Amino acid sequence: MEYYLQLIVNGLVVGGIYSLVALGFVVIYKATKVVNFAQGELVMAGAYVCFALTVQFNIPFLWAFLVTLAFSVLLGLGIERMVLRPLIGEEHISVIMVTVGMSSVLKSLVQLFWGTQIKVYPQVLPTEPVVVAGLPVAPVYIAAFVLSAALFAIFSLFFKYSRTGVAMRATAFDQQAAQSMGIGIKNIFAMSWCIACVVSAVGGVILGNINGINAHLGHLGLKVFPAVILGGLDSLLGAALGGLIIGVLENVCDGAARQLLGLGGVREVAAFIILVVILMIKPYGLFGTREIERV
Amino acid sequence: MRGKCGLFFTSYPAEAQVFPSGFQKLMVGLFLLALAAAPLTLDAYLTSLMNLIFIAVIGAVSLNLLTGVCGQISLGHGAFLGVGAYAAGQCTLHGVPFVPAILAGGLVTALVGMVFGVPSLRLKGIYLAIATLAAQLVLEYAFLHGGALTGGAGGLLLAPPTILGFAFDDEFRQYYLLLGFAAAALPMVTNLMRTKYGRAFVSIRDFHLSAEIVGVNLFAYKLAAFGLSSFLAGVAGGLWGHYTGYISAEQFNIGLSISYLAMIIIGGLGSVIGSVFGAIFVTLLPELLNAVSNGLGAVFPDIAQHVVALREGVFGLVLILFLIFEPEGLAHRWRLVKAYWKLYPFAH
Repeated sequence: MEYYLQLIVNGLVVGGIYSLVALGFVVIYKATKVVNFAQGELVMAGAYVCFALTVQFNIPFLWAFLVTLAFSVLLGLGIERMVLRPLIGEEHISVIMVTVGMSSVLKSLVQLFWGTQIKVYPQVLPTEPVVVAGLPVAPVYIAAFVLSAALFAIFSLFFKYSRTGVAMRATAFDQQAAQSMGIGIKNIFAMSWCIACVVSAVGGVILGNINGINAHLGHLGLKVFPAVILGGLDSLLGAALGGLIIGVLENVCDGAARQLLGLGGVREVAAFIILVVILMIKPYGLFGTREIERV
Repeated sequence: MRGKCGLFFTSYPAEAQVFPSGFQKLMVGLFLLALAAAPLTLDAYLTSLMNLIFIAVIGAVSLNLLTGVCGQISLGHGAFLGVGAYAAGQCTLHGVPFVPAILAGGLVTALVGMVFGVPSLRLKGIYLAIATLAAQLVLEYAFLHGGALTGGAGGLLLAPPTILGFAFDDEFRQYYLLLGFAAAALPMVTNLMRTKYGRAFVSIRDFHLSAEIVGVNLFAYKLAAFGLSSFLAGVAGGLWGHYTGYISAEQFNIGLSISYLAMIIIGGLGSVIGSVFGAIFVTLLPELLNAVSNGLGAVFPDIAQHVVALREGVFGLVLILFLIFEPEGLAHRWRLVKAYWKLYPFAH
């Protein structure tokens, strides 16, 4: 029983990261209807920039973190302006493929600058485990979870009460109506990419603190799909819950398959089997907007 | 139809010809002759590149049938090639002759493709893309953990293809074998696009509701598109497996799916000649990069270790640039070039 409890706790931590990455994905999808296949690479870019600042340039962690966030804002602006804006109004496949191409470019830039070796972050938090509900948990996990939760709270409030947040929701709901009410759609698109990049960078820095970073971090971006499909593609709450549920489910499936069937590596595929099942029975997820259309 | 200036037809069959003018027939004939004679002048390395292009052409044209013609996005095409490779490989390992084994591999892949095509009844656009992405990753897992059927992480070792006792065991012999398959696949898809099925696929791509209203059974035709496309993908996979003589799970990863999608986007969606251009472009791109890096190696000695990273980056960059600046692909450029020379020197 304790084995499974430990699996669930670990799953929640990984799920917290999935939720963060999924949050970035959903913000972009909600405002611009772009399916971003480069979300994992945005995480990777943030993680490597922060790594470079702290380790290679010896900047204190907190400052490095802030500079990383500033860099992410610029990255988001650049991507939106140069890559996505020319494709507004194009078909799904073009937009999907342009983000796929972008993921290749980002991955190759990271490899070019930092190689493929695993990089370890300096320890910023104490390593002695804290006991939570009778289980030892490393403080960095708790920090990760708290930070994810805080970001969700901030963004939920941002979307609910701030002027920009409301404008973004209006854009998501009906672009033409929003534009005729004087909302600058282009600014909203740029804004959503900035938010997505910033959130991803935070996720990347947390991940780097947990188990180091390497050039395959981008695969994380694929795990976002089960999470957002489960939650509903355009729901923030859905992304949060979806990420956590997928994190727990894949950890428990992996652990169960290892213990009961002696089968390794289920972690990589469990989430996608769940994804197919969700798509078959409830394609709009837990909180997604139903598109009424018979196909 | 474009490019028929100066041609006048008095019957529908004449109008529906693939190559309506005598000049085109002559040029296609000369091109095939040149291809058949090419190995006489090429060395083994260039021949091997040609062989890879032939395989890529079959794979790309199959994906173009599904994505470009029928409008169903598939991110799992690489895994479908893998299914064909393993199925054909198991057949030849169990003593089935080469050609039936390749066709059996195609049929198995068609079945698998149709199973993964079932969600296309309910899912469209991005949802289908994500579902096929899941298919890709699930199949990759199956390849790696398939036990004796796939050889697991060790993969399968295959003997060179043999037809009626004649072994295609070097690059030059393989060249003619693969040329034959590619030369059979292209007319097959071209003609398929002119039949009832091809027109139904196009109507589904353009607008599914109108297609249904004019009597196209969406589910049946979408499944048919998945089946036909996967069949050809399986053939390409089987040929690839027997060409390299070794099948491993890493060959058929998500990267392969993406490079096939890149081929049809760079070449031109929904165009057979575009699939050929795209296959050539994407297959030769890494070779071009290698040549450039070898040339620059004298100036920048470190460049060799960065080539692997650069290769993927340049690939992504080319994809982005094509999508932004040439969204109709090389096939469109080819039409412009042809139109220019047709009226030369009086362009207007």
